[in-house]
Amino acid sequence: MAGLDGVALRCSGLWKRYGTIAAVADLDLEIRQGECFGLLGPNGAGKTTAVEMFEGLNTPDSGTVEVLGQRWRGDGDVRLRSRIGVALQETQLADNLEVEEVVRLFRSFYPSGKTVEEVLVLLGLDGPRHTRVHQLSGGQRQRLAFATALVGDPELLFLDEPTTGLDPQARHRIWDVIADFRDRKGTVLLTTHYMEEAERLCDRVAILDHGRTIAQGTPGDLIRDLGAEQVVELTLDGDVSDDLLCGLPGVTRVARRGDQPLVGVNRIGEALPALLDLLAARAVPVRALVTRQASLEDVFIHHTGRGLRDA
Amino acid sequence: MPDRPARPPAHPLLELTWARMLEFAREPGAVFWTFGFPVLLAIGLGVAFRARPPEPVRYRISGDASIAADVRDALEGSVGIEAVDLQEPDLDRALQAGRIDVVVQPTVREEGTLEVTYRYDPERDAGRLGWHLVDDALQRARGRTDVVEVREAPERSPGVRYIDFLIPGLIGLNVMGSSMWGTAYNIVLARRRRLLKRLAATPMRRSHFLLSFVGARLLFLASEVVALVIAGRLLFGVIVRGSLTTLGLVSLLGSLAFMGLALLVASRPRDTEVAAGWMNVVMLPQYLLSGAFFSWERFPEVLHPVLRLLPLTAFNDATRAVFNQGASLVSLGPELAVLSVWTVACFFLALRHFRWQ
Ligand SMILES: Nc1ncnc2c1ncn2[C@@H]1O[C@H](COP(=O)(O)OP(=O)(O)OP(=O)(O)O)[C@@H](O)[C@H]1O
Ligand SMILES: [Mg+2]
Repeated sequence: MAGLDGVALRCSGLWKRYGTIAAVADLDLEIRQGECFGLLGPNGAGKTTAVEMFEGLNTPDSGTVEVLGQRWRGDGDVRLRSRIGVALQETQLADNLEVEEVVRLFRSFYPSGKTVEEVLVLLGLDGPRHTRVHQLSGGQRQRLAFATALVGDPELLFLDEPTTGLDPQARHRIWDVIADFRDRKGTVLLTTHYMEEAERLCDRVAILDHGRTIAQGTPGDLIRDLGAEQVVELTLDGDVSDDLLCGLPGVTRVARRGDQPLVGVNRIGEALPALLDLLAARAVPVRALVTRQASLEDVFIHHTGRGLRDA
Repeated sequence: MPDRPARPPAHPLLELTWARMLEFAREPGAVFWTFGFPVLLAIGLGVAFRARPPEPVRYRISGDASIAADVRDALEGSVGIEAVDLQEPDLDRALQAGRIDVVVQPTVREEGTLEVTYRYDPERDAGRLGWHLVDDALQRARGRTDVVEVREAPERSPGVRYIDFLIPGLIGLNVMGSSMWGTAYNIVLARRRRLLKRLAATPMRRSHFLLSFVGARLLFLASEVVALVIAGRLLFGVIVRGSLTTLGLVSLLGSLAFMGLALLVASRPRDTEVAAGWMNVVMLPQYLLSGAFFSWERFPEVLHPVLRLLPLTAFNDATRAVFNQGASLVSLGPELAVLSVWTVACFFLALRHFRWQ
């Protein structure tokens, strides 16, 4: 049983300051039982700070966190801790232990859960089970971190950037395990700066920037709210005004990434020829032109004028 | 390799202790530094300070050949001195280099009596004291009679030699060093690597984590102390006069006190270098002041009350008393009290201030 109202995690008015910067500023979230919720944001947005407050590892300056209907109290949280699973953004698990030994050690902390063997197989770690942690590849390490989070059969799983730095194959493997966990009615909170990951796995997302939520909803809704199906990314040696671009047929909106325009369009067949005509008429040389589906990235740019992985 | 399915986990405290021991055993060099090094150190120091049979005083007679032969005959067969046939013209250099201890220069005065000059290097005991031996032998050979009856009683019995003092001291150094480094370094490293935070996110009981260090340490402690006791016994005949149980209990309490200190040092730093600095601040004074290599009683008397309160001093005094005086637990009350207070105070403070992230 999660919170009685089917809410797995709720926070309101959450603040955390470090010196003069607010790492998390007035965050309100509600994560429903059984959903996969994504916290998106660029480096330093406050994702890790927020998640560690949810996990009871960091104390908020103000605001409340309720996990599975309970608040963190300090020392006596053993019961609550046995119901959640945690993979921190970076942990070097004991270097000189073997994979199987690490999983077993973590399993011993939980009153119930999967067998060591099940977890090893689930994450494809039965092959390197006798490999020492310091000899693992990056992907194997991430999977081991994931294994230690899953081993207690948690109701709620916190994954802080579970696939950062992995190759596509390793990433897909982790996605499969996350999707499988959710299909078995588990709740997941994951942070990421990969749009594809969020769009693919998450039922709902919150986009963070400078500690604040700038958008929240299902990936589909957030993208639809942009009112553009396609985006034309232009790289120009010169400039045309947003007003001129907006006046073109099929163009719904114009955003800027740096000083280069991102043109949101609905009817690409009409918009593209008109756009090229305009640029030719104004004698603005085009260095690059890319069209693609609108994504969560555009939602972020729409709100901040920056890309998610821009500095 | 064909894999057996993974063994199910045991009690978390056992698993934590087991993990700690595996990590230690797999740490390159850890085993040597814990067991091999102290034994090698004991051997080295023991050899350097071993009770040698006294070397004879080496003398060389110089001067007129016939008188020299007379003197040599007179000295022939005397105990503790030895004539050296040194074909070296520069006797001063031979003295300086220590190839001989005394140069005997006999001359015959006009009235026929023998006169002897002894040359030696006053910086070296072998010369400064040795010429008396040569002189004694010569005087006796020439008919001097002693007026006082003398009996020699050199003290060589086990229990009062330097090595008997040294071995308990080495046990102290070793127990302190390994208890402190083994604990503090691993904790700070785990904190820096965010392993402590990861563990704090599990339902693991925090006391189990800290107790696992104690558990693993005690197993190693036993083998460390045993290695030194056996080495002392086999190599130098150092015997434990008191009971081995008492020695075990003293070692246990000492190790707990040092682990408490280590926990306190490691309770907050995130950086192994910072922790290492603090470790040295805590350990170096005790290396010097706690009577490991020579008795702390040689320091000025005003310092004694302070020195006695150091955990290593209490530990050294207690083990030494067990080794050499056969002390019982009861008679070690003051030392055990000092160690207990350190243990309780350090564990208490460390737990209150411990930082998990
Ligand atoms: N312990 C700390 N002390 C001081 N500042 C901190 C601390 N932890 C985080 N910050 C600051 O708070 C802000 C948010 O950091 P946080 O790690 O939560 O971001 P993030 O979204 O997880 O970023 P990333 O994607 O790089 O992991 C950053 O500006 C960071 O420098
Ligand atoms: Mg982060």
